[in-house]
Amino acid sequence: MAERKVCLSGTGLTKIYGFGRTRTLAVDHVDFSFYEGEVVSIVGESGSGKTTLAKMLLGLTSTTEGDIYFQGQKRDISTQKKRLEYWRNIQAIFQDPFSSYNIFNKIDAVLLDCINMRGGRQFPYSKKVEMMTQACSFVNLKFEELTNKYPFELSGGQMQRLMIARVFLLMPKILIADEPTSMIDACSRATILDMLMQLRDEIGMTIIFITHDLGLAYYVSDSVYIMEHGKFVESGSADEVILRPKQAYTKRLINDVPKIYEEWDLSTV
Amino acid sequence: MPTTLLEVRELTTRYITRFGESVYAVDHVSLKVEEGKSLGIAGESGCGKSTLALSLMGYYFAPLHYMSGQIIIDGRNISGMDPDDVRKSVLGKEIAYIPQAAMNALNPTQKVINFIEDVIRVHDYGATKQQIYERARTLFERVGLPESVLHKYPVELSGGMKQRTVIAISVLLSPKVLIADEPSSALDVTSQKMVIKMIKQLLHDGLVGSLIFITHELPLLYNVTDDIMVMYAGQIVEKATAREAVFDPLHPYSKGLMGSIIVPEEGLREVKLTAIPGVPPNLKKPPLGCRFAERCKYVQPECIVNAVGLRNLEGGRAYRCIFSEAELREAYKNG
Repeated sequence: MAERKVCLSGTGLTKIYGFGRTRTLAVDHVDFSFYEGEVVSIVGESGSGKTTLAKMLLGLTSTTEGDIYFQGQKRDISTQKKRLEYWRNIQAIFQDPFSSYNIFNKIDAVLLDCINMRGGRQFPYSKKVEMMTQACSFVNLKFEELTNKYPFELSGGQMQRLMIARVFLLMPKILIADEPTSMIDACSRATILDMLMQLRDEIGMTIIFITHDLGLAYYVSDSVYIMEHGKFVESGSADEVILRPKQAYTKRLINDVPKIYEEWDLSTV
Repeated sequence: MPTTLLEVRELTTRYITRFGESVYAVDHVSLKVEEGKSLGIAGESGCGKSTLALSLMGYYFAPLHYMSGQIIIDGRNISGMDPDDVRKSVLGKEIAYIPQAAMNALNPTQKVINFIEDVIRVHDYGATKQQIYERARTLFERVGLPESVLHKYPVELSGGMKQRTVIAISVLLSPKVLIADEPSSALDVTSQKMVIKMIKQLLHDGLVGSLIFITHELPLLYNVTDDIMVMYAGQIVEKATAREAVFDPLHPYSKGLMGSIIVPEEGLREVKLTAIPGVPPNLKKPPLGCRFAERCKYVQPECIVNAVGLRNLEGGRAYRCIFSEAELREAYKNG
């Protein structure tokens, strides 16, 4: 196997919300290293700190302790310029597509922003349209139907696909997908996952899935991290963690998912 | 002979938009639920699952309008009744409905017990505080909710707890039919399991007569319900037992749905998920022929022009396709 390059890593990453009586340890000294082109899943129940971790990785919230290393170097987002530079490399898709867009901006503006951010500001308009059309067709949307529309005129599945079209234009090194399919139904879920996997193959992107759906984690990822109360309790390859879990917590999580080939044991809650 | 608690015959309802267009969201749906049984309704977003749930209650408000058909609950026809009568004598007692975002149904400014008082007083004006409290406490104990929940405000409860509280309140009057519309979609797997366990227990203990469970999560349906009905564009496309529907679907649409199941079990990673291309048709102008025709892999020229009827097989199974059972099985075997 070819040597894998570490893309994003962290040591002793900690986040504490509040102080005194309301002090909450959301993420508790976690260490990780994600490799280039890898699909990673971070799985845990509500309140286990998954989203806080994602926000720290994105630089949307500050870290209390610990360091994040991006491509071997310590991440620096102290100024707005450096922060934008960092966001050129790391992008996110959020859980709720309905609240991911600025309702005052048209879809064209959303996509044009992406082109501008990738240094395409001085491109002629026709070239920009071509790029937008290409991005939309990648996610099975038609740009001609979308232009001059507002995001709220689309359905949830279409909005989520438009989110992926943004990622296609931005070509980030890392994509953080925070419950990307929990608001859409099972049928469109397969389509969305397919598109993300295709993106990974095309531009060698690292994808970090944050999810509570173990089935999804097992289906898409190379490695899986199980998170409980802000700590990683188990990690390893998908087959290892999901099919042969060692920790009681992981076993319980897997037990809680409805299955179709095995009996679903309802007595254990 | 088991008693049939809910029987629906050829129910059709439509939405009338403000431009006067009709959207036939439930189109000639017939179904039957027996005492102690559960029926699951599957289908993707926008195919009429939730509208069917609303229509089953017999309580119509604009833009949803009743067109034709009958809803018979335990021998009593409630279709076409006055909405006020329906609210007073049917909802809650005969049929209870848990909507999609049920946890938001709790009043944030009231403690749970005060909310329950309001609910009971609508149906039983003379009940004293003491009686109501006793009744709520007994029910909460039976469904495994702590008594302390009664004295809390909704903001103090977690999502799963709120959901279970709402379900408990909805079955206070022991309805004959409980309709649960995606009761667990916003919860994580552990809370989801608790909610499901509670619903199954309600049915088992006879606190509700029968259950209609609506979701797009097929593994969940398979584990909860006895029968599964697949809906597409307002019509029933397949009716079968849960086992048959998941492992041996007949209609091409059901086949596609079953192909998108994700479960953390061995062998899943090797399977390629099959997504059904395209979107459901616009029901303002429903297609003349089979509604699934434009997305179907096995489409024939006659599918597009002729409407397809429901074919009834032995043992209560039914599907809506021009192909025979053997032809469909053959087609699936060849991919």
